[in-house]
Amino acid sequence: MQPLAISHFSIVNSLGAGAGSVASALRARRSGLAACDFETVVLDTWIGQVAGLDGFRVRSDLGAYDCRNNRLAQLGLEADGYAAAVSAAREKYGAGRIGVFMGTSTSGILQTELAYRRRDPQSGALPADYHYAQTQNTFSLADFVQRYLGLTGPAFVVSSACSSSAKVFGHAARMMAAGVCDAAVVGGVDSLCLTTLYGFNSLGLTSHAPCRPYDRERDGISIGEGAGFALLEKTPAQPADGAVLLLGVGESCDAYHMSTPHPEGLGAKLAMQHALDAAGLAPADIDYINLHGTATKANDASEDKAVYELFGAATPVSSTKGSTGHLLGAAGITEAIIAMLAIEQGLLPGGMHTQNLDPALHCNYLLDNRDACVRRVLSNSFGFGGSNCSLVLGVGG
Amino acid sequence: MRVFVEGVGLLGPGLNGWQASRPLLAGDAAYVELPTVVTASDLLPAAERRRTGLAVKLALAAGCAAFVHAGRDAATTATVFTSSSGDGENLHQICATLASPEREISPTRFHNSVHNAPAGYWSIATRSHEPSTSLCCHDASFAAGLLDAAAQIAVDGKPVALIAYDQPYPEPLHTVRPLSASFGMSLVMAPQATGHAFATLDISFMPGNASATRMPDAGLDAVRARVPAARCLPLLAALARGVAADVVLAYGEDNHLRVAIAPC
Repeated sequence: MQPLAISHFSIVNSLGAGAGSVASALRARRSGLAACDFETVVLDTWIGQVAGLDGFRVRSDLGAYDCRNNRLAQLGLEADGYAAAVSAAREKYGAGRIGVFMGTSTSGILQTELAYRRRDPQSGALPADYHYAQTQNTFSLADFVQRYLGLTGPAFVVSSACSSSAKVFGHAARMMAAGVCDAAVVGGVDSLCLTTLYGFNSLGLTSHAPCRPYDRERDGISIGEGAGFALLEKTPAQPADGAVLLLGVGESCDAYHMSTPHPEGLGAKLAMQHALDAAGLAPADIDYINLHGTATKANDASEDKAVYELFGAATPVSSTKGSTGHLLGAAGITEAIIAMLAIEQGLLPGGMHTQNLDPALHCNYLLDNRDACVRRVLSNSFGFGGSNCSLVLGVGG
Repeated sequence: MRVFVEGVGLLGPGLNGWQASRPLLAGDAAYVELPTVVTASDLLPAAERRRTGLAVKLALAAGCAAFVHAGRDAATTATVFTSSSGDGENLHQICATLASPEREISPTRFHNSVHNAPAGYWSIATRSHEPSTSLCCHDASFAAGLLDAAAQIAVDGKPVALIAYDQPYPEPLHTVRPLSASFGMSLVMAPQATGHAFATLDISFMPGNASATRMPDAGLDAVRARVPAARCLPLLAALARGVAADVVLAYGEDNHLRVAIAPC
């Protein structure tokens, strides 16, 4: 594919607001996970919660959109000068020539969960202050982001569970290649809610401790919340030194099971291979892999097989979910941005909380941070329904 | 962007399959609104079929019919799923359970709650490892899906099946988001003319608000207006008539799609 310039990005999650905060937390090996005290949830698990969302409100002209997910979206748009960068792009291209492609798994479902507690005792009706289209509907996030940024181009939400906000890069690249838009706001937001906390618990997939990817004793995920955005533009003939580019996107389906990955990592391997092919690169060209690495028994075993088969034992890999938790529909964009920070800062982030590497896994999993020259990275995102997406990012030249 | 239509699948209120619906859509026979008949697709093994709700059955049945019509192998075709509502019954059950003192939701209900549940079941049933996406754009979900499928066909040069579906919410959600009927449709589209292609679509994304094409029949137009996935009806009507036509589909408040349909 034609490489695209990632001219700006922003990130907010339990590690902090802004790329600087997230990078320093990774460098200092500070995790954002804490014992679950979210809302009225009573579960023995750990979460990565963003501070301050309860007291925050979305911009007043968009009040009907006010819900945890859109508050988090607004925090992301306000971080790292992102909204200002989009504003400049709007001047350059026109509001109608910038697409908005967002990933989310649960959108503003918390708003519906809370509204169901306040149903009219007689009629069962939902409360009058419940705004379905602006909060619950899966499109709500892209609708809010588009209005917040004053954009009017093509927009939609991709909701393919935990691959959602990785896949948006592919959608944006195709829309730009087809001439439907000249630039794209891509990203994803997922926020804590009862559906995912109780849902993953029902599957026996939530850890009782901070999640430990690649550990022999790993016992599941820690759910987190977060927002991330990137601005994609066409690459100038001579990209600036150090400018980070989207080089390849690879997508596949497991065709195996709704909530368990293919045991041999078949779909994962296809997605990584497609991403390398799209980038015109060989496995040896990749300096670091940010794994999906959820810390479930099944994910890490399956992903390890796929990565090892393609890359062998040399390429450094890690999962940053011990730091952020699993951000579900926002995991793809979050980890793509962490991969870009790895390039910018020359930092391979070591996985956190892992005590004893599982001897059954064979990849070169980093337990500590490592300083290195990083030019090209691959980031994996895999979701329920066997939906897989891999991204290759790197510096030009 | 030009695509070649090879197959159509359709399940809607009083619209029981593409072939049976063609005279109704073309205006050659009177339309009567009847409840949608959702036949369980035999694509899925019995065990999986029991675990799926109506929304998944609807999407799979529509997709399956389009592939039979197209004579194309689903295992080697990428898919774009699009829905405004997803599985509303499942959402209702989860929210009702979470509002009760016992918050235990079933694992099956949880994995079925993802917007890409039909895509997941589809890939398992068809053994397809091809890329698949699942979109939502509220009332413009069909237009967004068609635009995305067309861009994928144009850029990647490979066939794509679009599967659009909506299933009404139960109360209390029905009051705040009234969808009048179950509706599922599918188009199998290719980048080049093939033996099965019977029409071309030239799809353009246009800035500005424009009046969407309506159905001449009031009953069919009511379905179009009340179910986001049924916004496809004017396009299907043009395909049913088998003559060249231009169709406008609304895409939010700021844009629209212009689709030029021509037999081939």
